[in-house]
Amino acid sequence: MGRTLAEKVWDDHVVRRAEGEPDLLFIDLHLLHEVTSPQAFDGLRQNGRQVRRLDLTIATEDHNTPTLDIDKPIADPVSRAQLETLRKNCAEFGVRLHPLGDVEQGVVHVVGPQLGLTQPGTTVVCGDSHTSTHGAFGALAFGIGTSQVEHVLATQTLPLARPRTMAITIDGELPEDVTAKDLILAIIAKIGTGGGQGYILEYRGSAIEKLSMEARMTICNMSIEAGARAGMIAPDETTFAYLKGRAHAPEGEDWDAAVAYWKTLKSDEDAVFDAEVVIDAASLAPFVTWGTNPGQGAPLSANVPDPASYEDASERLAAEKALEYMGLTAGQPLRDIKVDTVFVGSCTNGRIEDLRNAAALLEGRKVADGVRMLVVPGSVRVALQAVEEGLDKVFKESGAEWRHAGCSMCLGMNPDQLAPGERSASTSNRNFEGRQGKGGRTHLVSPQVAAATAVLGHLASPADLSDVATTAGV
Amino acid sequence: MEAFTTHTGRAVPLRRSNVDTDQIIPAHWLKKVTRDGFEDGLFEAWRKDEQFVLNRPERQGASVLVAGPDFGTGSSREHAVWALQNYGFQTVISSRFADIFRGNSLKNGLLTVVLPQETVDALWELTEADPTAEVTVDLERRKVLAAGIDADFELDENARWRLLNGLDDISLTLQNEADIAAYEASRPAFKPRTITV
Repeated sequence: MGRTLAEKVWDDHVVRRAEGEPDLLFIDLHLLHEVTSPQAFDGLRQNGRQVRRLDLTIATEDHNTPTLDIDKPIADPVSRAQLETLRKNCAEFGVRLHPLGDVEQGVVHVVGPQLGLTQPGTTVVCGDSHTSTHGAFGALAFGIGTSQVEHVLATQTLPLARPRTMAITIDGELPEDVTAKDLILAIIAKIGTGGGQGYILEYRGSAIEKLSMEARMTICNMSIEAGARAGMIAPDETTFAYLKGRAHAPEGEDWDAAVAYWKTLKSDEDAVFDAEVVIDAASLAPFVTWGTNPGQGAPLSANVPDPASYEDASERLAAEKALEYMGLTAGQPLRDIKVDTVFVGSCTNGRIEDLRNAAALLEGRKVADGVRMLVVPGSVRVALQAVEEGLDKVFKESGAEWRHAGCSMCLGMNPDQLAPGERSASTSNRNFEGRQGKGGRTHLVSPQVAAATAVLGHLASPADLSDVATTAGV
Repeated sequence: MEAFTTHTGRAVPLRRSNVDTDQIIPAHWLKKVTRDGFEDGLFEAWRKDEQFVLNRPERQGASVLVAGPDFGTGSSREHAVWALQNYGFQTVISSRFADIFRGNSLKNGLLTVVLPQETVDALWELTEADPTAEVTVDLERRKVLAAGIDADFELDENARWRLLNGLDDISLTLQNEADIAAYEASRPAFKPRTITV
C-alpha cells in the first residue's frame, strides 16, 4: 500500500522503532526563541548535558522584542531579562543566535524559511505551536513544549507516537480577493478547533498547487488552530524555486541530489488517509472571525450568528460567552463592526507578499480617522525588502505606523497591545480572550481585509473600497 | 519527574469548552525563566471575577480539575502545565485535550485523563451539588472513581509506565545512543546545517 507524504517523512526519520514504544524520531532542525527555552537550558545545566547538534540548532529573538526604539535598552525589565537569558545561554552552549538588531533577526517562523534552512522532507521543531508553518515546504514541522526542547537539545531526537493523517483537498479557483488566510479560516470553521486533533493535515488539490510559498505558509501556520500539530503541502517547482540560491539551500551536486529526493515527497496515489475533507475553492469568500476561538468565523458578508442556532450545548454556551466578551449582538452584520486598531504582521501574515497585498490597497488612500494601524514586518529581511520596494512609504503616507520586526501585537508580550475593550482587525492567528492585551477584542482577517478595514474603519473587503477614491498615480 | 500512581482530592468543575493556554496562563507570565511561581497567573483574567469557580471558598484546596472539551488548545507553552501544578492541581479530566498540552502534561507528571463527555457531565453534576465530593484518579487501575461513578480510561502503556515510575525521558532516550549515532552517520550530505562545525 502507498504512503502519504507525512508517512514518508516520518519513516525517513525513525532512529529506533520497538514494539510498545513510541518511535524515536531524528530532528533535522531545532529553532529556539527566548520564551520557551530558558528552563530547557537550565535542565541541561542541572544534568551536566551539552547541546548535541549545534549545527542543527539556531535561535532568534522575537516574542518580547519591541518594535520601536530598538536601539535603546528594553524598557520592561522582565522582557529584557528574558532576552539576556537567551543571549547568555546561547553564548554558554555555543548556539547560533540572531538577536535584536541583527539583520537575520525576526519571527522564528519567518527566519527559518528565508534562510533556506526549512527544506522539504526535514523534521523541524520549535517551542512554539506555529512551527506548523514550515510544513508548507513538505517538512514535518510541529510545536513542542519546553521539556521536549530540552530533549531535542540533549539528544536531537524525540519519542513520538505516530499521528494519523488527514487530507484536505481544495480544488478549483479561489475567487478574486479570496486569500490563503480566508481559506484556512474557512477550513477551521468547517472542521472546528479540535477537528485536526491527533492528525497531520495534508493540504492538496489544484487550488493549493497554484499558491505561492508565502500563501502556503499562511495555511500551514494555522493548522494548529484546527487542533493539528502539523500541516503539510507536497513540495513542487514553486518550492524548489523559492529555495534555490538561499543561504542554506544545497548547492551543486547536493542541490541535484536534494531535488531528486524532494520530488519523491508526495502522497502515493494509492495512499490511504485516515480522514478526508473536500472544499470547493470557488465557494469561498473573504472570511473573518466573530468569536474568541479561530473556529468561530464566517464570511464577511454574513451576520453575527445567534447562539440559539447551535444544536450542541457546549458550542451554544461558547458562542454566548464569545458574544458577551466581544461586545457583539446576534444578527448584527459583520460589516458594521467598527475597529480601533488594525494589525498587519505575525508568523501568519508578516511576509513580503502580505505587506505587498496590504500596501496595494492602501496606496493613495488614508487610514480612517480614529483607527490606529500597525504594520510589523515578520523579519528584518522582510522589512529591508519592503523598503526597497517603497512599501514603507505607502504605509506611512496612508497614516499607518511602520514598525520594526517581531511578534508584536499577535500576542502582546511587548508594548504593542490592545487596551481593554479595544477592537482589532488582525492578520495574526488567535482571537483568544485577552490575546492581544487584557480585555482586547480580536477579529482575524487577511492582509487585504485588514487594509480595507483600516481605510473604512469597519470590517470590510477589498471590493468595498471600490467607492473610495484613490490618489495613487495622481 | 514526580511519579503518579493514584490521587484522591476534591474537584473544580470548569464548565467551559476550548479553554486555551492563553486563558490558563496569559502571555505576560511567560517572561519568567523558572518553572515555578505561576500559581497566581492561572486563569488570571477569570479569577478577577469573585464568582469564578476557582475563587469559591468551598473549592480551596481542590486538586482535580474537571474541564470541558478541547482543553489546552493554542500555544505550546508548557507554562500552562506548570501553572496548574503550581496552583495545586494533580490531574485534569476532559473529553478532549489539545495534543501539545497533553504531551506537556504527561512529561511533567500532571495526569490528563480523557473520559466521555457523559462521564464529565456526571462529574460536573456530582461536584457542583457536593463540593466536598472526592474524586479518585487511579493510574494503576486506569480508573476514575467518585460517588456513583466508576469509569475506565485509556492511556498508552508506555506513557503509563513512565508516569508510574516518574522516569526521565532524556535518560531513557540516551540509552539508545548507538541508534542515534548510526542514524546520524547515514544522513544525506544535502541536509541543512546552521553552522559549520
